[in-house]
Amino acid sequence: MKNDIHPVQIILYEGDGAQALAPSERFALISQMLDKGYAVLRVTASESGSLPTLSPGIPLTVIGNFDGSAPDLEDAAGRTGITTHDISGLAVDAVLALIEQGRVADQTGLNQPGEAGMWKPWFPVIDYDRCTNCMQCLSFCLFDVYGVDDAQKIQVKNQDNCKTNCPACSRVCPEVAIMFPKYASGPINGDVVNQADLEREKMKVDISSLLGGDIYSRLRDRSEAAKSRFSKERSPDKALEERKRCLTKLQQSGIIPDEVLAELDLASLPSPEEIQRKAAEAAARAEAARQAAAAESS
Amino acid sequence: MSKILYCRCAFAKVVPDATKDAVLEKLCESGAAFESVADLCEMAARKDERLNDLLAGDEGVKIAACYPRAVKWLFHNAGVSFPNDGERINVLNMREQNADEIMESLTQNDDE
Repeated sequence: MKNDIHPVQIILYEGDGAQALAPSERFALISQMLDKGYAVLRVTASESGSLPTLSPGIPLTVIGNFDGSAPDLEDAAGRTGITTHDISGLAVDAVLALIEQGRVADQTGLNQPGEAGMWKPWFPVIDYDRCTNCMQCLSFCLFDVYGVDDAQKIQVKNQDNCKTNCPACSRVCPEVAIMFPKYASGPINGDVVNQADLEREKMKVDISSLLGGDIYSRLRDRSEAAKSRFSKERSPDKALEERKRCLTKLQQSGIIPDEVLAELDLASLPSPEEIQRKAAEAAARAEAARQAAAAESS
Repeated sequence: MSKILYCRCAFAKVVPDATKDAVLEKLCESGAAFESVADLCEMAARKDERLNDLLAGDEGVKIAACYPRAVKWLFHNAGVSFPNDGERINVLNMREQNADEIMESLTQNDDE
């Protein structure tokens, strides 16, 4: 899983027994720790009696101006390793280096924003106040992001499979129920859904019908044409070109944005045959879930 | 006093830097204790238990992040029930609201 890295928990302790930092120093320290992917809790004198519940097993680092001597702390339950550092007189960079050294020594992972190979948390979020369980998203997604729970309710099952910056499934949702909080514009970003958005969705469905059915029909047609060509002259380059043409068609229809196409590794995308197989599987799963949901409600 | 959660949205450029910096700066100037996270989406994806801790109990909770609809369902995505209680849970939207407005809500006493 790409998203199973739990960050080190940092407590900036400014309660009893520690000196408070200057506000500018506090801001510089917290903002830089956050930008590196750490989570930081600031504890003040008035709140020092109510320390937070700790995530078991996730290391905790407590930093503070302890005037030369950091206290020894341990988790009474023995589940969480606690490290303390006195940061009196240290510059922000030095504090960050201290925390980083401890993290590396503990072999604790950190999903660092902006670092190559790190996971950008991009995945669909379903608004169940709007979702009608129509399964369009499950039918549409070729990357098995969606599934159903025991009650046949649509779920985001494999969020790691989602293609970064691609909001395509939210565009096919007839109820505008799928959000990508990091998307630039509304209502996909979670902004309020207004009547104009709903009308636009309706229009999209109508246009799709006018163009000759769902996008899988188009992909299937292209796949059939490609098959006959590939049977005569099967070449990876041509297969790649075919996938590119399919995607360009989808991009022209406004379903997949330019920037996503530009970033996609086309060679890693399913082949036309796989697309056809996955579409058939997804459609069958969606239909089974629809029928099961209907049977349950009757 | 309500609990405060600040999201840095560190993995994307969708929250204006000026707003998120100004809110954090003012939080740091205040005497308030607060929890800050690099990215609420990432936390929700990891189903981080601290999200459950945050909403547990009867205390008020103020969240400086993005659109309330997105925040509500991110918690749901993490397996945490998000109470439909506007009195107790207050989501401040750093993508739309300005820093002064957000800080006024964050630092307002609960009994005011």
